[in-house]
This record gives sequence, C-alpha cells and structure tokens, in this order.
Amino acid sequence: MIKLHDVSVSFGERTVLNSLSLDLTERRIAIIGANGSGKSTFARLLNGLALPTSGEVLVHGLNTRKKGRDVRRKVGFVFQNPDNQIVMPVVEEDLAFGMKNLGFSKDDIATKTDEVLARYNMSDLREHPAHLLSGGQKQLLAISGVLVMAPDIVVMDEPTTLLDLRNKRRIARAVAALDQMVITVTHDLDLITDYDRVIAIDEGRIFADGTPPDVIPAYEKLMS
Amino acid sequence: MLDLYTPGSSFLHRLPPAPKMLAMMLGATLLFINQSLPVTIAATLVIFALYPVAQLTLKQAFAQIRPLLIIFVLFFVVQWYFSGLELAAYVVLRLAALILLASLVTLTTRSSDMIDTMTHGLSYLKPIGVNPEKVSLAISLALRFIPVLAQITREVREAQKTRGLERSVIAVAMPMAIRAIKMADDISDAIDSRGYRS
Repeated sequence: MIKLHDVSVSFGERTVLNSLSLDLTERRIAIIGANGSGKSTFARLLNGLALPTSGEVLVHGLNTRKKGRDVRRKVGFVFQNPDNQIVMPVVEEDLAFGMKNLGFSKDDIATKTDEVLARYNMSDLREHPAHLLSGGQKQLLAISGVLVMAPDIVVMDEPTTLLDLRNKRRIARAVAALDQMVITVTHDLDLITDYDRVIAIDEGRIFADGTPPDVIPAYEKLMS
Repeated sequence: MLDLYTPGSSFLHRLPPAPKMLAMMLGATLLFINQSLPVTIAATLVIFALYPVAQLTLKQAFAQIRPLLIIFVLFFVVQWYFSGLELAAYVVLRLAALILLASLVTLTTRSSDMIDTMTHGLSYLKPIGVNPEKVSLAISLALRFIPVLAQITREVREAQKTRGLERSVIAVAMPMAIRAIKMADDISDAIDSRGYRS
C-alpha cells in the first residue's frame, strides 16, 4: 500500500503537485493527465526518485525520504524510454544488473534470468546486444529488468508511448499478466480500460478519481 | 567490443578472460619490441589462423580492420615516402596484427566477463582509493551508450538535414548535448531505481 499525505512538489516558483492526499491500494491504478500536469512527477514520488517539497509518501509504512533505498527495492520503476533504462550492453547482463546490486547469488541470477526470458519469449536474445533489439523487445527487457528484482509494486511511466500498435498490445498483455500491484502513468486510454482505478491529474491537483467508466469520459471532456 | 562477442564453444571461448587478456598484452608488447618484418608477417598470419580456431570466419577478421583501411593506406604512403617500403609494410602490418589480436579477444569474451576480470584486477588498487565497481559500471555504460549516442547523432543530423543545416556544427551539437544531458539524468535515475549502491 502507498499513502500520500498532503504532498506538494515545487520546482522553484512552480508548483507541480499541490496538496495531494491519497491511499493507493488497488491492483491496477492508472494516472492520466495532460503533458506538464505533474503525473510523471507523481510517479517518481512513489519510489523515492523525487521527494515531496512538503508532506510525505509512505510505501508499506516506509517514508521515501528516509528509506529511499528500501522503498526502491519494493517499488520497481519502468521508464518511458527503455534506451535510458537498459544500462548494460548485453540482454542477460542488463537483467543481472539489478539482481547483483541486491546481492542475489549467481545461481539465483541465472535461474531468474532464464525464467523471465522464457516468460517473454526472449530466450534466444539472451546474448544479444541491447542496442540491436526492437522497440518492443527493449521495453520488455526494461520491464524484465525490474521484475527480476521481485518488487511488490511496479510503477510504469508511459510504457507504451514510443511503441507501435503491435508492441503496445504486447506490453499491455505483459502488464495484465503481472501479479504485482501496477501503477501506470499513461496517455494511452485504451491501455487502462480494465484497470481498477484511474486518477486524472490536472495542473497539479486531482481532477477525477474513480473507475475507468467514471473518470475517462470526464477526462476526455476536459481535454476537448 | 560494443557488440563483437560472438557466442561459441571453441577453446578460446572457454578460456577464462584473464589469460586471454594477459596473452593479448604480452603479444602486443612483443609485436612492438620486434623489429623484423618477416616475424611481423608470421605473427599476423598466426593471428589470422586463430580466427578459424575460434570458430570465426576470415570475413569477420577482415571486418575488424576494414574501418581502418584508410588510416592504413595513409600510414603506408607516409612511411614509404619517408622511410622506405619495408618499414612502411612493417608499421602497417604491426598495427593490423594488434587490432586483429585485440578483436580476437573481444570476439571470444563476453564484455561482462572482461569487465568482471578488470574489476577483480582493479580491486588490488583499493588501498590507493580506486573503486573497482565504479570503474566497472563506467566501462559498461560507455559500451552500452556509444551506439545509443551514435543513433541520436544520426537522428539529429537527419532532422537538421531537412532544414538544410546538416553542415552546421552548432545545429547538430546543441540538440545532441541537450538530449545527452537529459538522457544522463534518466540513466542516473534508472541506476538508482535498480538498487545500485554508489
């Protein structure tokens, strides 16, 4: 569970998020909003990549300000551009990176690498250079790199923005099959129709919060 | 080293990285100590012969030196003009042999194994303040992002070409620098997110 208590974020004079208080408990939560609405900053608050200017964010009771490293172990983060998330030159090396940082044994690293590559039909790409993967494969690798670290929660910042329709659907299926709680920041309304909860952010405040049938039409009206 | 590693099961593939890297350093040193053209020719042929031993084709061997052919020709012409044909052949062959030897090691060794070996070697320098993990991460990041930066350069060049600015250094360099800085921020966050302890 993630709890935001009276959270505000400002960059200089500009207030990006304004006094948000929320409990995030549902299995699938989407954050939607226009460009510059503060939704990416919101996502980054959830694993301590960004810290609130005031208020606090608690993940399973851990304050992101004081326990950032522990929080990041529980909350995996998938970035919009997988090219900026894949840090090792070869697929299996990148998968091993997070696990090595968490102190996994060599056997565990090998087992988990096998599992995740098989799960996404990427076993033949094990020794493939990361920069030669397709866009969809890169995003799957980025997601896999997070999943092998066994987080309780996965936050995704616009995971389908750079992808074509086929790869968007591939990622949507991959996300749907995850056991973890998933919080997705997105512009892609098709991706979130079966989510449990949608939170629409506008100018740093919550504009609407509820189920997809309640929030998406209101959001579309706002955007028009 | 970017994407050179070619999976295989040859003797050279199975050999641990440390002896290969040491042999490469020793071979390179001997190539530079040696002053004889026949010995250099023999060494080059031996290195070429090691490619099939490593289940690699001669085409792959030539591919390693092809990007440097212009430099080889330039060196050869200059050396021939100033020092004669024999020395020109010696200098160019020595350089080619060196590149072939280094490529043979990278073609048969995973970059991660090579980096692990370097990290292990650097761990002996910890008492004088060297952090092997940081050096290792820096090398990995360099290997990973050189092709990404090359791709960004192509994209920026194409974008500027549509505006007739492909010859303007500033028009290409500025967007590249901005994208690289933004990318560096994201990479730093990604590394943090994946549990890296600096």
